[in-house]
Formats: sequence, structure tokens, C-alpha cells
Amino acid sequence: MRVPLEWLRELVALPASVGGREVAERLIAAGLEVEGVEAVGAGVSGDLIVGRVESIEELTDFKKPIRWCQVDVGDAHGGVRGIVCGARNFSAGDLVVVALPGTVLPGDFVIASRRTYGHVSDGMICSERELGLGDNHDGIIVLDEGVVGDDANSVLGIGEEILDVAVTPDRGYALSMRGIAREVAIAFGLPFDDPGQRLVDLPAPATDVAPWPCDVSDPSMCDLFTLRRIVGFNPQAPTPDWMSRRLIAAGMRPVSLAVDVTNYVMLELGQPLHAFDGAKLAGAVRAGRAEQGERLETLDHVVRTLDADDVVIRDDSGAIGLAGTMGGLHTEIDDSSSDVVLEAARFVPEPVARTARRHRLSSEASRRFERGVDRVLAPYASARAAQLLLEHGGGTYAGMTAWESPYEPTVIAMPADLPGRTAGMPIDRHTVTSRLAEVGCDVGGDDPLSVSVPPWRPDLTDPADLVEEVVRLVGYDAIPAHLPTAPAGYGLTREQRWRRRVGLALAGAGFVDVLTYPFIGNEDLDGLLLAADDSRRRAPRLANPLSEEQPLLRTTLLPGLLAAARRNLSRGADDVFISEIGRVFLLRDHQQPDGVEAPPRPGVDGRPSDDELATLEDLLPDQPHHAAAVLSGLREAKGWWGPGRQATWSDAVDAAVAIGDALGVVLAVRQATDPSFHPGRTASLVIDDLVVGYAGELHPRVVAAFDLPPRTCAMEIDLDALIARAVDVASAPDVGVQPLAKEDIALVVAESVAAADVEQALRAGAGELCEDVRLFDVYVGPQVPEGHRSLAFALRLRAPDRTLSAEEISAAREAAIAEASRRHGAVLRG
Amino acid sequence: MSAPNNPYDPVGVSALEPDAIQAAVDAALRDIAAASDLDALKSARLAHAGDRSPLALANREIGALPPAAKAEAGKRVGEARGAVRAALDERLADLELERDARVLVDEAVDVTLPTRRREPGARHPLTTLMERMCEVFIAMGYEVAEGPEAEAEWFNFDALNVPPDHPARTMQDTFFVGSADSGVVLRTQTSPIQLRAMLSRELPVYVVAPGRVFRTDELDATHTPVFHQIEGLAIDEGITMADLKGTLEHLAEAMFGSGVRVRLRPSYFPFTEPSAELDLECFVCRGASVGNPESPCRTCSSEGWIEWGGCGMVNPRVLRAAGIDTERYSGFAFGMGVERTLMFRHGVTDMRDMVEGDIRFSRAFGWEV
Repeated sequence: MRVPLEWLRELVALPASVGGREVAERLIAAGLEVEGVEAVGAGVSGDLIVGRVESIEELTDFKKPIRWCQVDVGDAHGGVRGIVCGARNFSAGDLVVVALPGTVLPGDFVIASRRTYGHVSDGMICSERELGLGDNHDGIIVLDEGVVGDDANSVLGIGEEILDVAVTPDRGYALSMRGIAREVAIAFGLPFDDPGQRLVDLPAPATDVAPWPCDVSDPSMCDLFTLRRIVGFNPQAPTPDWMSRRLIAAGMRPVSLAVDVTNYVMLELGQPLHAFDGAKLAGAVRAGRAEQGERLETLDHVVRTLDADDVVIRDDSGAIGLAGTMGGLHTEIDDSSSDVVLEAARFVPEPVARTARRHRLSSEASRRFERGVDRVLAPYASARAAQLLLEHGGGTYAGMTAWESPYEPTVIAMPADLPGRTAGMPIDRHTVTSRLAEVGCDVGGDDPLSVSVPPWRPDLTDPADLVEEVVRLVGYDAIPAHLPTAPAGYGLTREQRWRRRVGLALAGAGFVDVLTYPFIGNEDLDGLLLAADDSRRRAPRLANPLSEEQPLLRTTLLPGLLAAARRNLSRGADDVFISEIGRVFLLRDHQQPDGVEAPPRPGVDGRPSDDELATLEDLLPDQPHHAAAVLSGLREAKGWWGPGRQATWSDAVDAAVAIGDALGVVLAVRQATDPSFHPGRTASLVIDDLVVGYAGELHPRVVAAFDLPPRTCAMEIDLDALIARAVDVASAPDVGVQPLAKEDIALVVAESVAAADVEQALRAGAGELCEDVRLFDVYVGPQVPEGHRSLAFALRLRAPDRTLSAEEISAAREAAIAEASRRHGAVLRG
Repeated sequence: MSAPNNPYDPVGVSALEPDAIQAAVDAALRDIAAASDLDALKSARLAHAGDRSPLALANREIGALPPAAKAEAGKRVGEARGAVRAALDERLADLELERDARVLVDEAVDVTLPTRRREPGARHPLTTLMERMCEVFIAMGYEVAEGPEAEAEWFNFDALNVPPDHPARTMQDTFFVGSADSGVVLRTQTSPIQLRAMLSRELPVYVVAPGRVFRTDELDATHTPVFHQIEGLAIDEGITMADLKGTLEHLAEAMFGSGVRVRLRPSYFPFTEPSAELDLECFVCRGASVGNPESPCRTCSSEGWIEWGGCGMVNPRVLRAAGIDTERYSGFAFGMGVERTLMFRHGVTDMRDMVEGDIRFSRAFGWEV
């Protein structure tokens, strides 16, 4: 809402010394968001003078018609000056605005005497656009009235300040000069004469012309509907300058007198109005529901197919306007309309909001109706509009028709001490009642107070709303600061603690944490080579994605991470080790990508039942936290120490195992396959026989699809599943102090046997004396049979209570070998 | 050479003469001092302390002396040998130190050679900042609450007093999951966690809720469709706006320094009533830049205050939707953008830096903010 200060001063008697900045500060303190204060015609400086065109000589020697004018700007400014002008919308005798040489116009355009079109032009006759007053460049400004030689700045309102107020959805009343003026009056402690409660004097209705009949067919959509009629209106009558200027300053374009008056009154009082051409109406005008599938062409020349839930205005011909949103084209006022039917109504907010949203049409009217227009304002506003139309466009007033549903003001019972109790400071009863009276409430009762809410404040429905009115007017700055004492808490939950630890572990392992968007597309899933029935294809779908290429919610962190890796590489990074911890989204078995059609919607007047809450949870996809990493480039840099070491599948596995270490769990590593990974270089990560993730080298086709360097590696694990198995309270180990026995064993096994399995067998065979088994060498070559390899393990044996004898050591060693032999056909290498 | 019971004059054993012994000691000390390296010292040890050295030979003569003379001669020789041994040990220690020093000098390297074989990892500053802010509340006894990112509309809107056709629904451009009518959205705010906390916890409730939220804004320097908020909620008997202000002041001081103030401005949120915008006193200029073009402040654009978030008293309608007795309990809630906080606290000028995952960005923040 743009608020010209000059207009504001007409409604509230602000001291002349108070400027826009101060008004803005007071309004902000009262809770109106003033986004800025600007000046009309900012950038104009110097002399703008009212002049009278004495004579016009048409110059025809040029490509376009040019006028050589003699303009009287008054003796004080040099009398009659010769000025060249390209506009044609004026005649001799008109009053115009002249910029004298030396005047600066917006854009640092300095006016000078200069020779042009064969004459010395001694100034400029100005248009609105040249002065930064509006978009109109159809011609120069022709003034209705003025005195030659006078300063035109004040006539044009140049330098007047305009406040730009962002109105929150609760304060519909502030979408009017009336509403803003009330707040200003309260803020400055000034009296306020509400223009919305003044019924202006209209002439007695003509007896020979009937008012236009009206009706409301659906009272759930409209509370109050009025039509006033004026016949014999002059459709050519111009809009007065002062009104045009205010409309422009408020950000609207003057169109024609009838339309301008409806806009002007809407801005002034907050009541949207619509003017029909009576000659185009057929029968009574009614407010109500549209017929399903009915068509209507609106003022913006869009033909709309209507829904049975749309609010419309109709006559005998059908729908003639989207009520409270936009009028219809075929009943529009035009430059020959002399029978003006003025609609002023109070439409119910929700149906208007639905209609406007359904047709993606937000208008000045719908913004106001959605927020709630003053319940009783319509007849006052239409009287004001009719008065202006008659005054400036002539004609005969033909009276009003109206339909109204019964109106009872909202009455709220509020304990008198509630504002003080809520604010945490004493606010006495007198302050409470007087502040509520200032915003327009009738306050009665003893305690609780009985507060009757004014019709322009439909947002005031609860005691808390009244509390806000009182406290904001007392001033939030007056509220003291006090720290409440919370009961002792238990700190982070185990899941939260473990997630932090994993984040730290990944950073400690050299990974840079990134936070990628959770939006993916089928192209990403195709790029990961996922089969049609892969569970990661069960992605929830957005109804309104930002990009049609990425309408899905991620089921894996990899696409985002791979894209981030790609971005880093393209920016010149050589080695990229990045990780992410975040949620993925997986449709559950009973869920479909499109969701359900009629979701449960528990009430909000009390706690929903457990069953109702369960049905809400049933709507949501699974959203477990995953941890993932992408590895590309040198894991160890090259330098004076050597050539560096390329990251391999083993670093990816190591990153996963490091997460296990951070959580105090041992992740078993198994040979595995996953479509996104290299079929021979993929490990599954297993705990308690549950696969919680995969790590290894990405499949070359995945690497190609995401445009990454060859041999890029990755890992991803279901962090929630892993954390569920994290050891919260680890048991202390027996730290053996008896002498250690070391035995090395080289075993020849078939290549198909996994090293981890052989290691398991050795551990199992060596029994409880076994402290550790570690593979330290792998040999493939002529000394072992074809298709086999030699795995060398170091066994560490120790007893808790004694030095092991040679016999015990030998027995453990033999038992270990025997078990490896039994399970995997391992043969001791000779 | 000698034989028992053979009368013998000790005076006649020249090797035990004091002068001779002194001469042997002198010669030994001279050679020891002159030994310039460990090999020379070894030769000197052999010559003066070895089995065939004059003092060793003299020592052997003692046995031949009559008992009366043995003590004196033994003392004399023993002192002499002790002096030589001490001189040898001392010189040995010196020469070994010299040798070690020489070897260590030879082993010197250029320690300014690069040592980093692996670039450091880093956590994301938004994560770290959220954790930091949570810590402030945990220290006050709050717990950290969480909720799903794909959220039921009931939690995200209905129960927060945003009915279906309310204009506040269009204040936030919502991502709908499934269809526009399927009842599931990407949460537009962390406030649905308020409801979840109230429904799942015993009263009183004091929680802080960090999380990711979503709105249909295109990414540019000042907008991102995916961002983070941190939300606070206190429900207890007698909670007031003064408690809200005090809590926010404490947070401001913890995050921005002692004495940094907050300001509340009336505003509107459906789920709080009364509602307020939360401004933070500029922690850089503390207002000194206001009206002072000589020393402008980039952090607050010389406004003196920084818009930080929104807050208010939990709307009793929200409490009712959670089944809380509004006669007995009241509460406050507040929320602020984490990206925004990182931007003004750390001078991040482009939102895209926080979402693109450039490793140079996160690395610059270290592990704590």
C-alpha cells in the first residue's frame, strides 16, 4: 500500500513539522511494516512554472509535426518565451508546466536554451513521464486550473512524500488510507474522524428512473450487496487532476472517471467497487455461485472456465464478473457508458481466496476481500463514489438497492489483566480499555471485559488478538527482559550425538561436508543405472517442482554429491573428497508417488486422537538420514615425498568403516554388487547381517553419466540403521599384559575366496588365544597354482594369565590353519 | 720379580715413587686433553689406563711392599688411577657430544618443505552454526527437537492456525508432495516441530529445533529454495513476552557478544499472537554508524539493527490443537534463518556459496564458527 503523505494529512491533522520519516517510524513501532519513504518526482530540481500557451505555429518542414509555441510564464520569469514542443494534445489558452533553462529533470537532464527545428527553444513543456510522475507520455500535462507564473511543483505534488507499507495478511484494514490514517492518529495521539463512517449527502433519488435490482443467491459467499445507479452520466468527463495525481502516487494508472472513482474510493476507504454499464446488463444483478463449466471473459481478456465453487456476479445472461476478483469484459464501462451501476459488496474471504487462487488472479480487490473488508462499509463507500461521480461526471442519481445478511459484531470476553500477564509487565485497566477504544472497539463489562470488535477488524477474534492490540500500542520496547528457568534437560539424544560424531569423523578423514538440494530427476536415477524395480526408484514426486527435470525427492544422496563433485572439478579442483549427511525420501509400500486423494484432516480445536495422528504419519514417506561420500583424485598428494596415491575403492570402503569406528561398531565388509558400482569393486557394509550401505568404485557408465573422472569412488550408508546399532555403553576390554606370541601364516586359496572370509576362519580356528589377525601380503604368481593366490596373515596370540608355551602356540596355529582349510580349502604355503 | 718373605725396601721400588706416579698422571692428562677425536682418546686410554700402562704396572708392584707401606702406596696409586679415569670419562663425554652434534647437523633437513599429504576436511558452516546455536539453548536446559522434512500439511499449516484458504498460506510458496491436495508438503518452516514437540513431550516443554525448510524460490544471490531455520519453543506456566525477550537477548549475547541487544517490532504470524519481528542490534557498529556517513557499517547498512527473525507468544489456538490447557499454560516461540545469520555474522554475500558445495567455501570456516 502506497500512502501519499499529502493525502494522509487530509484525513488526520498531522503537524506540518512531521515528515514522512517520522510517520514511518511511528507506524513501524505500531506494527505496520513501512518498507520505504520516497518522494514524488524525485530528481526534479529548479523552476517548474505554470504557463499559458498564447499561440501555436505548426512547423511542417520536419519528419514529424512540431509546434513552435509562445508561452507566457509570467513577468517574473521573463514573460512570453518561445518553446519548441512535439506534443499535440493542447491548444492555445491551455495551462501547461514549463521547465525553465537551468531546471534539472530526473536522470540529471538539465534544461537549457538551445536551437532546435530552426528556433531557439527557451525551456520545455513537460509531460508526466519527463517529471517522473507517471508513465503517461501521450502528451504534455495540461492543467485544469492554475495561475500563470506560479510554482508548478506544488500543483503537481512534486516533493510530496509517499510511504510504502507492506500489509500483513491480518491487517486488511491497512490496505486503505482510512486504515493507515487511524494508525497514524493513534500513534501521534491525534483525533480521528473516520471517513468510513460518514454517510455523504446524495441528492434524493430520481423518481422516474428505478434503481437497479440486486440479490444474493448464496449467502455463504456474500454478506452484503449494494447497487447504486446514476443515469445520464457524462462518459467523456475527465478525471480531476488531484484525483489522477493521488492515483498515480498510490501506484495506479488513471483510466476514465468512472473507473478512477472506484479505484480512488477503494484506496481511500478500503472498499473495492465495480462499475457496470447499465446498458449492457440484463435483469437483476446477483452475487452467488458459478455454474460448473460456465465461461466468462474477464477484463484482462482471458476467457475463464468457471468452477461451481467460484464466486460470481451474474445477471440474466449468466456470469458477468468474478466477484471480488475481476469484472467481466462484456459489462465493462466504456467511453460511451452513461448508465452507471455501481456495485459495492462484502464478499466472504475464503471463497474469494479460493476463486482468485483457482484462476491465478490476484487483484487489488481480491487482496482486500481475502483479508476481510469492513463488514458494513459498502453503502458508505458507494455513496462516496456516487458523490464523486455526480460531482465530476454529472448525471442523475437513481437510488440504491441492497441485500444484507444479519450482522452481529464479534464480542470477545477478555480478562482485563490478560495483556499485562502476557507481556510480563503491569498494564492497568485504564490503559487496556483506552487502547482498545482507539482501535475502534466498544469496551464494556467489568472483568472479564466485554469487547465488541469494529466491523473493519475481522482479524480480531480471540483474546490474544486484543492483547496484541494493547501491547503493540503500549510499545514492545517497554517490555522488560527476563530469562525463564527451564527444567534440567538431558542434552542431545543419542541419535543427535552420534550424527554429530559421524560428521566430525568424516571431516577428520578429510571429507568436506556439503549440503545439496534434495531434488532429483529420472535422469539421475537412470544415470545411476538403477533397474526399474529398484527401491530407489520409489521416490516421492513434487506437484510443483522448480525444474521439470528434477521433480523427485532424492532416494539417495549420490546424485547431489556427484553433481557437487562435478562442479568442484569444473572450477579447477583436482582432488575432490566430499561428504553429506542428510535425509532421503522413500515411499513406503502402501504409498503412491501422487499421494492420496483425500488426506485426513484432523480438527484443530483439540488434540487429535492417536489414531488421527497415526493416519497423518501414514501420509509421510520414510525419511532416514544417510551419509555418503564421493572420492576423486589423489588421496595422498604428490610432492617431494613421492608421486601421490590415487583414491581407490579401498578409500571408499575405509570411509565407511571410519563411520563405523566413530560409532563404536565393526562394519563387516563383504564382496557385493550394486547397479551403480563397478561389479568387481563393490563392498557391502554389513552389521548384524543387515546391509547398511555400499562402497567402492563407481560403475564406469555412472562415472560417464555424471561426467566425472575415471575411477571415481563413492560410498553411501543408511546412517539411521547404523546408529540404531551403535554401542552406547562400550564394555572395557581386558588389556593383556602377558607376553605376546607372533605367528605368520601364508595360505594358498582359490581366487574366488574373499580375504575377509579367510581371516574370519583363522580367528575362529585360533580360538580365544587369538588377539588379532591381520592380512599383510597378497601374492599371485608362478609360485602358486593358476587361479589361486597366497594370503599372508600375522597372528597375534596371547593368554590373559600366563606365558604361552611353545605347544600352546603351535596348537593354536594349527587349529587356525585347519579351520581355514576346512572352510575355504586353504593350503599352507610350503 | 718379587717373592714372599724376601726382605725388600720399598724405597727401592722406583715405580711407586710419588714423582714417578705424578709424572705418569701428568703424561696421561696431557695425552687425554690432546686427544682430538674418539680414536685418539681410545689410544690414550690404552696407553694410560690399559693393562700395560705405567700406573697399572705400578699398581702391581704394591703387592710386593711390606704391609706397612702397602696402604700408603695403594692410596697413592689408586688416587692417580682415579684421576686418569675421571679425565678419560670427561673427555669421552665431550668428544661424544661433539660427534653427536656433528651427525645431527649432517642430518638437518628443510622443515619448511610442504608436509600436507592430505587436504583437511571440513564441516559445513551452516551445520556448525546450528550446532553452536543449539548449544546455547542446551546450556539453558532445552532439548533439541526434530521433525520430518516432508511434512503433513496439518502440522505445517492447519495446526499452526493457517486454515486452508487463509492468505498466510500464500505468504510462503509451498512445495506440494504428490499433488496439491495430498496433504503432504515440504515443510515451509521449522514451526511444525513445535506441534510435534508439544504432542510428544511432557509439559513444560523447552525445545530448540534446527532444520531444513523449503520454499519455491529460484536460487539467486539472496534466495534459495532450500534453507535452514532454527526454532525455539517454551511452554510453561506463566511464560510471558518478557521471557521471550530475555531468552532472545541471551542468545544474542552468546552469539554476538556481551551487551548486544534485541528489539521486537509488532508483526503478524498466524501461529503467534502477539507476534513480533526480531531485530538484532548491529554487533559490529552497535549503532554508531547510524546517521554517521563518516563511518558506514557494511554489516547493518548503517541501520544500527539487523532483521534476524520472527517471534511471539504461541497462539492459544496452536496450544489447543496440541491439547494444552491454555488457562494454565502459555508459551513463546521464535525462529530465525540460519543462512541469513551466517551471512551477516560472517560476511557471506552470496547465498549460492552456501548451497553449491564448493570445497573452498566450507574449508574456510574450520570446524567451529
